[in-house]
Amino acid sequence: MTKSQKIDIGKICISAVLYIIGFITGNLWFFIAAYAVAGYETIFESVMGVVHLQLLDENFLMTIASIGAIYCGEYPEAVAVMLFYQVGEFFENYAVNNSRKSIADLMNIKADFANKLIGGEEVRVEPEELVTGDIILIRPGERIPVDGIVTEGSSSLDTAALTGESVPRDVEAGNEIISGTINLTGVLKVRVTKPYEDSTVAKVLDLVENAGSRKAHVEKFITKFAHYYTPIVVGAAVILAIVPPIILGWSQFNDWLYRAMIFLVISCPCALVISVPLSLFAGVGSASRQGILVKGSNYLEALAKVDTFAFDKTGTLTTGRFAVTSILPEAGLSEEDFLRMAASCESLSNHPIAASIAACFAARSKESAADSACAPSDEVTDYEEISGKGIKCIYNGKQVYFGNARLMSDVGASYKEPSATGSVVYGADDSGYLGCIVVADQIRENCAKTLAELKTLGVKREIMLTGDRKEIAASIASEAGVTDVLAELLPEQKVEALENVLAPSDGGQEKTGHLVFVGDGINDAPVLARADVGIAMGAFGSDAAVEAADVVIMTDDISRLTAVMKIAKKTMRICKQNVVFALGVKFAVLILGAIGLATMWEAVFADVGVAMIAILNSMRALKL
Amino acid sequence: MKKTYKMENLDCANCAAKMENAIGKIDGVNECSISFMAQKMTLDADETKFDDILDSAQKAVKKVDRGCKIIR
Repeated sequence: MTKSQKIDIGKICISAVLYIIGFITGNLWFFIAAYAVAGYETIFESVMGVVHLQLLDENFLMTIASIGAIYCGEYPEAVAVMLFYQVGEFFENYAVNNSRKSIADLMNIKADFANKLIGGEEVRVEPEELVTGDIILIRPGERIPVDGIVTEGSSSLDTAALTGESVPRDVEAGNEIISGTINLTGVLKVRVTKPYEDSTVAKVLDLVENAGSRKAHVEKFITKFAHYYTPIVVGAAVILAIVPPIILGWSQFNDWLYRAMIFLVISCPCALVISVPLSLFAGVGSASRQGILVKGSNYLEALAKVDTFAFDKTGTLTTGRFAVTSILPEAGLSEEDFLRMAASCESLSNHPIAASIAACFAARSKESAADSACAPSDEVTDYEEISGKGIKCIYNGKQVYFGNARLMSDVGASYKEPSATGSVVYGADDSGYLGCIVVADQIRENCAKTLAELKTLGVKREIMLTGDRKEIAASIASEAGVTDVLAELLPEQKVEALENVLAPSDGGQEKTGHLVFVGDGINDAPVLARADVGIAMGAFGSDAAVEAADVVIMTDDISRLTAVMKIAKKTMRICKQNVVFALGVKFAVLILGAIGLATMWEAVFADVGVAMIAILNSMRALKL
Repeated sequence: MKKTYKMENLDCANCAAKMENAIGKIDGVNECSISFMAQKMTLDADETKFDDILDSAQKAVKKVDRGCKIIR
């Protein structure tokens, strides 16, 4: 607690004690003392406010209200107004600082120092001083200061602060590591790949800090409302104090002045103006804790209303990594020999499909403990890549070809199309067709589960966009549970295809909900722009994704989509609860006060009590 | 030109709203957004008059809340 907060508590306690004594003894001076202790600062501020022409200042209004109450002879109530106003202010202050600190702690991911190695000597420097190419040493327990690649050592990294994952990530030489994670077990020597300001830590901090400047509609509404609410209520108070006495006689003035003072007490919309930004801020913070970076509270608001999801297939619904699913050699050729041949030849290619064939062979060799650990490429010569079709080379003295159906037609091999879906690599030599290997992109583990969960959260349509063949798309689609499939799309066709699906040609339903697009961000810019919320997944390393997207999910875990939807909906529900509650109570007390059925006590509750309840409700968003 | 500034002693949400309103009316300002929770102000204004606008903004801030200021 800060010094000024301690003084405030002291003030409140002393004033409360004097107040209670005043009630017990009935002595007026105690009430006056209680009023003075509670209100001196407020009265001072209101005088300063008048000097600066800030007449609709909270302080001024509260001072006038309490003086009005004194004039009417309601001393206990006058003190109550001042005292509880202080309590309310203290509480608001405390809650706001608490939330700010809690979010700041979440974001305590920046390393305080880095150990730079200069000629074998360790020098402690600031993370900002590092440049690309520097070698740094990271010991167990230290936080990684900038993005880099491990050159020596192996360890486990705690990525929870960034990704929300509780399982540590193992790294060894050659692996990329990102800043903000904590090194757990081993010493690592790392070569810096990005200076601090381009590193993940700086970007994440920047995103979260600036999330508050993009305002949600409800926030803008509250601000506008507050702008009009206070003058109108104050104006009504003035009218209430003057007009009825003129009409009904000045003997009733005290009565109407009292009611006008009730209006003044309720004229401050603090409960709303604080609780709404607070809950949105807390919601964004809760999302960050789960590795979901929301760039603005307006996106959180939009997510709560989403009814349509569009997904990019490769890399989002699928892992983007191919794996061999079947090996179908022709009669006379064994699977191992065919695979070995394919792996040897493909080992010289950079294509991801080639890599998966080589990986499959390597895995099998390890299993069967064969003496060659990986496909020896010395049996392969004259390697040549035929763009768009495949490769050809000389394997053990024979000319062989590996590639797609087009290559097979070119060399006159009568290939057989396999029944399994996936990308097919056919093999042939000069004597004819040899067989094929089917390679498929793996659907993500919890993909089907996530898509089902999204449907329970109000998502009506789940659309898959891909450039792949219809058969592959359809098989992934049915396994995943998407509702619409748009396949064989060139990148520039994706937006149009999406538009056609969204607006049926029979001029059907008007668009009610919002559209979310989930992708890896590369080449997805037009679709991200068309979507109301663009979500990029697995942001390790894709700058383009982080730039273009509105929400960045720091891991490859597709179930985070459910998490962010839930956070968005709960946060918005809290906001609505607060708005309805605060406005409801205030208007009720205003009406009751106008007709004489409410006292200052109800007014104080409608102001301070409502604010405290709304703020407490908002803080629930911190724990989502 | 769009720039973000930290603010000091921004403790009243209502004040933040009033400041945002007042600064938005300064000549040359395209948009002003103050995040009360993050204690930050984002100012989008005419590049040529930026320094003067910032001075006016500081005055507007002080008028609403004496203890509060923009950290330049």
